Amino acid sequence: MNPASPFLEMDDVPRVQVSFDGARLSLPEGANLAAALLAAGVDVFRNTPVSGAPRGPFCMMGACFDCLVEIDGVIRQACMIEATEGLQIVKPHEAKAGNDPA
Amino acid sequence: MTRRDLVVIGAGPAGMAAAATAAELGLSVTILDEQPRAGGQIYRDVDRVAMLRGDILGTDYTDGARLTAGLRRDGVEHISGAVVWAVEEGFRVSYSRNGRGAQITADRILLATGALERPMPLPGWTLPGVMAAGAGQILLKQSGVLARNAVLAGSGPLLYLIAAQMVRAGTPPAAMVETQTRADMIRAIRHAGGALRGWRYLLKGLKMLAEITRARVPRFTGATNIAIEGAQRAEAVTFTSHGRSRRIPCQTVFLHHGVVPNAQAARSLGVSYAWNTAQACFVPTVDPWGESDVPDVFIAGDGTGVAGAKAAALAGRLAALRIAEAADRLSAPERDRQAAKLRAAMSTELAARPFLDAAYPPCAEAIAPADDTVICRCEEVTAGDIRRYAKLGCVGPNQTKAFGRPGMGPCQGRYCGLTVTALLADTNARTPDEIGYYRIRPPLKPVTLGELAALDDSTLNSAK
Amino acid sequence: METDYAIIGGGVVGLSVAWGLLSRGRTVTVIDGDDGSFRASRGNFGLVWVQSKGMNQPQYARWSQQSSSIWAEFAAELEANSGLSVPLEQKGGYDLHFSEDTLQATVDKYEVLKEKLDGDYPFEVLGHNALRKEEPHIGPKVVGAILHHQDGHANPLRLLLAMAADVRRMGGRVLDGKTVTGVSKPDGFHIDCSDGTTVRAAKVVLSAGLGAAKLGPQLGFRAPVRPQRGQVLITEKLPKMINRPSLIARQVDEGGIQIGATNEEVGLDDRVTQPGISKLAAEAVAAYPALAKAQLVRSWGALRVLSPDGLPIYQESTDMPGAYLVTCHSGITLAAAHARFLPDWIEGTNAAPDLEVFSESRFAVS
Repeated sequence: MNPASPFLEMDDVPRVQVSFDGARLSLPEGANLAAALLAAGVDVFRNTPVSGAPRGPFCMMGACFDCLVEIDGVIRQACMIEATEGLQIVKPHEAKAGNDPA
Repeated sequence: MTRRDLVVIGAGPAGMAAAATAAELGLSVTILDEQPRAGGQIYRDVDRVAMLRGDILGTDYTDGARLTAGLRRDGVEHISGAVVWAVEEGFRVSYSRNGRGAQITADRILLATGALERPMPLPGWTLPGVMAAGAGQILLKQSGVLARNAVLAGSGPLLYLIAAQMVRAGTPPAAMVETQTRADMIRAIRHAGGALRGWRYLLKGLKMLAEITRARVPRFTGATNIAIEGAQRAEAVTFTSHGRSRRIPCQTVFLHHGVVPNAQAARSLGVSYAWNTAQACFVPTVDPWGESDVPDVFIAGDGTGVAGAKAAALAGRLAALRIAEAADRLSAPERDRQAAKLRAAMSTELAARPFLDAAYPPCAEAIAPADDTVICRCEEVTAGDIRRYAKLGCVGPNQTKAFGRPGMGPCQGRYCGLTVTALLADTNARTPDEIGYYRIRPPLKPVTLGELAALDDSTLNSAK
Repeated sequence: METDYAIIGGGVVGLSVAWGLLSRGRTVTVIDGDDGSFRASRGNFGLVWVQSKGMNQPQYARWSQQSSSIWAEFAAELEANSGLSVPLEQKGGYDLHFSEDTLQATVDKYEVLKEKLDGDYPFEVLGHNALRKEEPHIGPKVVGAILHHQDGHANPLRLLLAMAADVRRMGGRVLDGKTVTGVSKPDGFHIDCSDGTTVRAAKVVLSAGLGAAKLGPQLGFRAPVRPQRGQVLITEKLPKMINRPSLIARQVDEGGIQIGATNEEVGLDDRVTQPGISKLAAEAVAAYPALAKAQLVRSWGALRVLSPDGLPIYQESTDMPGAYLVTCHSGITLAAAHARFLPDWIEGTNAAPDLEVFSESRFAVS
């Protein structure tokens, strides 16, 4: 149970170790990755490539593309991935301050 | 490439019921679904979850296990984790599974892609911690993840359902901020006659309200000026109710003001849509069997207009009967005989709809958002931008795409399309039908170039 | 007369001409189509391009060079007037090659053209290693490239928006959602629309893209234009990974990688096909292997407006003097020339460019 998270986890299942932006997290094995990250206290999944605004999961059903994360160089929806041992998750690239249009 | 009598897209109630019925009548059926396990959003992951927390979710959820059982029968191939990104005439369906592209062809297609939350653009709705109410339910259903301190905002029966489930799970919401007014309820009363035929739904609704009241969840009705405050994430909801401004600190906000058909695949095939005033959304043009105006393309379930899971399963069966008859596996009289019972049940299912649509209309300030509210989450386009493009001659949403990029991001307009149509209709003084909708093209969901390239059979690729 | 000029077609070509005429103080009415019209202005690749243009007609190469050379100054004025940005980058562009043979054959043709242009055709050949220094993500299958220094690319949608705004700012009247059904010239031009609107104008410019094939004959033009489908892809927004544009891929100012384009003779069918987009993806990944992990977000089909020889057509009607046909494949590249030089040709001033090679007489039946 993560006291910093606004979410509670009901199920007690074996955990796997993953990293999110360098931080080590223990998540329920096979869980929906977006749900597991929320429960682990992650709120900002990414910053947008347009303005750098923070975003997290919105629809949880693969439609909104707000829960995007980068795994193995591919930017994917966390809500469409299951948590497995050793996942290295990073925030996708974001807009730089003063976004250079060149 | 495999060829099937029928390919069903979406393993929710409509798709599961249709696949099982069609297979029973002797058709070869493949059902493609994005999720790892069958159920759709309404019965998400029901086979695994029913025993874990069926008590909290209720029999309206656990009943879904009867439908998932239908997918295990002979003649049905269920391909899970399959993200369909193109459906072309022929029919050729392209999908992505485990990072690889695959294709299947079919004589007939049934689109059972369900519904999406109606977009609810309010100030602050893009902040982390603000989610669709449906997302809150999915978190609970599939993952057993509960918001400790959530505010539910908007209107409609789903809002009460999720509140009641949260109460049962021991984490009642911090408050319910409801946009419907007493006037809406008075207007709805004229549909009460029909609603009495759908009394089971009304009774359920009353029970849920009683649960919420018993748990002392504060309810604020007729709410306006709703906004979510926060810098890096949601910190509070502010609104006005019955003349009083309020601010409720919270970390999670669940928004809801109805669901609307998910039209992406059908629109990409050229199915016509028309505006439905009662449901305040576009619905596809289909015949009583769910066949669209594109021959051999069927649509069943909430994708034809929102009617709920039970009606969706009935619609799936009806479509399957017609498909089997068209494929010469069933005589027309036999089809009609079997359909009669389904249609009677459907009529009861639909009886409460007009009452509910009138009692819980969409939130007005999310249909016509303030100028500085972001309406396209992907490209961060505001309502004011759309109004400005309308004045620069945008007669429809495809020109606004060119001018300002709404609908060009990865969600492909799913969460801004109806808003853009409504804003253009309002600014140009036209009807939604006259304004129209985004042209939807493949890929229906993003797909990597590597995966796409691997399906290329031209010389460049075969030389590798 | 309501207006000096009626411009039929409010895409980039029509708006460029309208903008140029308005700058000279003429009154202009632009008659534009609806949301579902075929619009090359919305579907194009955004190149401001010189190389490979006019291999058999040096005057087309020169016309493209003239436009490209004033594009930056034109865009700057448009930006200053409209307050809207028109992103443009002109630091050269590539023709990428997967075979030494095609590379050499192209270089040979460029050398011939360069001579005809009195040496004004600044290109260089980059071998794989030299190219890799410029484009670190280039793949091993690319043997080399021709880098042409007069090439570049723009944001064509921003251009469209800025022109739509600036034409209105200058007092241009724009009628949206119209379908022109007939044009007659009893006493000046009468342009009739399907909704009953009639526009009366002293002169008419037909810049309706593919629509000119049908309307042209009413005005005495042959207007032999045909559609050619180009499917185009665009990826998610990515950090900078492609420096200069090529016909295969370019990175747009918003970050997405745009990949083009097929050449398909399929009539008025602008749909996307899986084989079409797979072929484009394969070529892009062969050129830039890192793109294999990029997500394709959108694809579309657009219809090129092609004359039989691919060159523009600029023609005043002999049957109805005062009516001008303006049509081309490269509306973005030529936008600056259409805005700055074409009004002189239309108005017959001393500064009028010699556009005789682009007249319809070249299509005379043999």
